[in-house]
Amino acid sequence: MPALARRIAVMLALPVALIATWWFASTDSQNFYFPPLRTIVETFSKLWFSPQATQNVVPSLVRFSVGYIAAALLGIAIGIPVGASRNLRNVLEPVLEFLRAVPPPVLVPVLILFTGLGNEMKALVIVFGCVWPVLLNTVAGVRALDEVLAEVVRSYRIGPFARFWHFILPGASPQIFTGLRQSLSIGLILMVVSEMYAAKDGIGFALVQYQRSFAIPEMWSGIIVLGIIGIVLSLIFRAFEAWILGWYHGLRQSQRAS
Amino acid sequence: MSAPTTDVQARTSARTIVWLQGLAGLAGFAALLEIVPRSGLVSPLYLPPFSTIVVAVYKEMMSAEFWTALSDTLEAWAIGLAISVIAGVVIGIAIGSSHLLRTLTHSTIEFLRPIPSVALIPLAVLLFGSQIQSTLILVVYASFWQVLIQVLYGVQDVDPVARETARSYGLGTWAQIRYVIWPTTLPYLMTGVRLAAAVALILAITSEVAIDTQGLGKEIADTEAGGAVAAMYAYVIVAGIIGVVVNLGARALERHVLAWHPSMRLDGAGARA
Repeated sequence: MPALARRIAVMLALPVALIATWWFASTDSQNFYFPPLRTIVETFSKLWFSPQATQNVVPSLVRFSVGYIAAALLGIAIGIPVGASRNLRNVLEPVLEFLRAVPPPVLVPVLILFTGLGNEMKALVIVFGCVWPVLLNTVAGVRALDEVLAEVVRSYRIGPFARFWHFILPGASPQIFTGLRQSLSIGLILMVVSEMYAAKDGIGFALVQYQRSFAIPEMWSGIIVLGIIGIVLSLIFRAFEAWILGWYHGLRQSQRAS
Repeated sequence: MSAPTTDVQARTSARTIVWLQGLAGLAGFAALLEIVPRSGLVSPLYLPPFSTIVVAVYKEMMSAEFWTALSDTLEAWAIGLAISVIAGVVIGIAIGSSHLLRTLTHSTIEFLRPIPSVALIPLAVLLFGSQIQSTLILVVYASFWQVLIQVLYGVQDVDPVARETARSYGLGTWAQIRYVIWPTTLPYLMTGVRLAAAVALILAITSEVAIDTQGLGKEIADTEAGGAVAAMYAYVIVAGIIGVVVNLGARALERHVLAWHPSMRLDGAGARA
């Protein structure tokens, strides 16, 4: 138990020290842009624990989840056949490299043309931005599948479904997760940017409103909300990864130990 | 003696085929972008035919505005990336070399890293308006973590025996960093630089789209608002080309800097990567 207590103490020491520094350094702050942390915290609890807050947070999270999950499924679905066929890969690789290299925020104005300012635009922007890392990593993962295993699968005439479910998908999953992780932060960026650019609700929209009306403590509290969302999403992602890839990390560890 | 030459020939012709296939893919993509609007599947008002976009690219390239926007974007990207790399290396080596600092800062780094840098947009706007500093805040916040994390991994990967040896031979702090930590960290650092270069470009353009700092992203937003759709796509394509150049450049730099490293040498000799 003391070991655990010490670990927790070590983990919390610096964050607590930093927050305390912020708190005490800002108590008498007269600077308009950097209000006392106490004011921010008070605004935070007033602002983001109200029904009004749900009106901004929920649409953002729905857009993000829809776009991100669609991008993940699409990326894996396209990535597996492309990774499995050398010719397909050779033909498509330059196009995919180009599409991936287009910085995704430029799609916000482009997709506004097609779908107007609605939710479809925001979800589509997220899909377009998030799909490439997943797709290209799936391609790389399928490509690097163990050749001996592939031949075993072939010589045992394992059916296409079992081959996909028990060989290709698990074999490529560590790489797929690398792509999913990269997409996570891109998706968040796009969620915020699309809402800042044009929206009627959402966290990005609220942030810009606060900034334009010089509601500084409200703006700071919005920044903190976004930060919390980022941290929570990455924790959820890590738990999901640990669950799905538990076998892989275990294998790596035992290989390293031997 | 004939075996190696045929081998080389076979390899070159295989490479030519891969090239041709890739070109065919690009040509097919261009054709698709030409046919879809012409056939009316998508209104040409939203997506002009590819040939129209190419003409627009040419027209834009003739204007001074285009080159100013391009150099503004690249300037913000380069300065932001340089700051992140230098800060990431210095702080990464400082933290990574000390076990105490590493354990103390671990939770803080893991907390700060996932905060989306776009959250800082309102603050940047209030402090700097649409000046380059706003872009730099976003670019540095996003790409700094990429470098820092990789440097931390790298420093941790230093062979303890090598470190002990260096210490027993009386190497000073600088010599230890230069001859023990740096060579081990470099491959990790290059991975970090490659990731950071791509992220920095995304954030530079984001800032131009969202807060109107000068650059390609602002041109895209402006042309869209002004209804110059072909010009907008021209800028999108240019942004994509810049992205490709940045990715290829980062990979080439990685290969160049790590030419001595076993992983690259095996690769070059034709062995499996």
